[in-house]
Amino acid sequence: MPKTPVSFTLNGSETAVFVDGGANLLDVLRRGVGDLSPKIGCAQGTCGSCTVLIDGEPHLSCLTLAETVAGRRIETTGGLANGPDLHALQNAFMEGFAAQCGYCTAGMLMAAKALLDRNPNPSRDEVVEAISGNLCRCTGYEPIVNAILTAAARMQGRAV
Amino acid sequence: MLTVETYSTLAEASGRLGADARYLGGGTLLMRDVNYGADGFARLLRSTDPALRQIAATAGGVRIGAGATMSDIIAAPDTAALVPAARAVGGPAVRNMATVGGNLFAPHPYGDFATALLALDATVEWADGRSEPMETFLGARDRASGLVAAVTVPRVSARDFRFRKVTRTKPKGISVMSIAALLPGTGNPRIAFGAMGPTPLRAKAAEAALNGVRLEAQAIQPALDACLQGLAPIDDALASAWYRAEVAPIHLKRLLLDQGGY
Repeated sequence: MPKTPVSFTLNGSETAVFVDGGANLLDVLRRGVGDLSPKIGCAQGTCGSCTVLIDGEPHLSCLTLAETVAGRRIETTGGLANGPDLHALQNAFMEGFAAQCGYCTAGMLMAAKALLDRNPNPSRDEVVEAISGNLCRCTGYEPIVNAILTAAARMQGRAV
Repeated sequence: MLTVETYSTLAEASGRLGADARYLGGGTLLMRDVNYGADGFARLLRSTDPALRQIAATAGGVRIGAGATMSDIIAAPDTAALVPAARAVGGPAVRNMATVGGNLFAPHPYGDFATALLALDATVEWADGRSEPMETFLGARDRASGLVAAVTVPRVSARDFRFRKVTRTKPKGISVMSIAALLPGTGNPRIAFGAMGPTPLRAKAAEAALNGVRLEAQAIQPALDACLQGLAPIDDALASAWYRAEVAPIHLKRLLLDQGGY
């Protein structure tokens, strides 16, 4: 069966890949493109570990048919750091022990980035809502919520 | 491997339906099946018709394209009454994907948004032009063939409409049940329960007992006593049928008296 060519922007770079019929975006990013930053968790939309941004909005890449992202702008955790400089969210997660096993972290970071891109000064409730589709079985969530608030404050130049 | 067929209009996609095909909306239900083996189908149909996502005020209410997402509902100026029901669906990523059309077909325990549409007496419009009330649609949806193009929701005041979703976890969880109630001051209330049967179901005996009644503890008791009539809760991983039946009147009471505790 022929493969279908799909092209999109991944973390600012034009990307083209051949996809199998029915392939989900997560598999295409990981196996087709080699971006291993989004994680495979449940593959049924429950855990959020595969969260990526499509045109700036969070989506579950495991439930996204790869062909539907043709021409769209995709962001993953792999594109967050600027060379050796981590994104403010990554630094805050690291310093605040917001990652333990780390499996949810990539999805958490993208859900948080989507929030801060739209709402640079979120309330605690808004942070909780923004990551409500992302499961973490280690931290109890509090360090994650705190890290996102810390990153937001730093990005705004506010004291933490 | 599956074949993906993309059509520029919904009518074209509708003409290509068959036993080996599934229509892909937002993917939140269907892609789960695809990821776990796509048992029983070989073709995925989709449509890029921009009309599918339109939300537009009409003479009688608001017409919502079947491809509108929960996030579209939250953002649109004409669907304010539906915002609590749209927010009850999934987390932010799921709401960016899950469509109104998909929720109409979502099996137990999903379908919180469809529960709201049932209480609001929405009209379901098929791609071939047929229309039917939400209740008729739900009664026959497992035997239906065709594609839904839109739903039209009568214009209601957000003040007259209440929606609650009961979950084990906060702020997000799958339904133990959801309850939607249209309570116009003029009478003829409509009450629908989600996750209390194979599809969202109306609690008609409770509606009758509530007609013309003030929303006060003593006055609503007959409606609470009757609210399980017509419902058919089942056991699942979230709650037993017994538990659902025990707590349904309590949650209906909290909704009718506008109390907290969800």
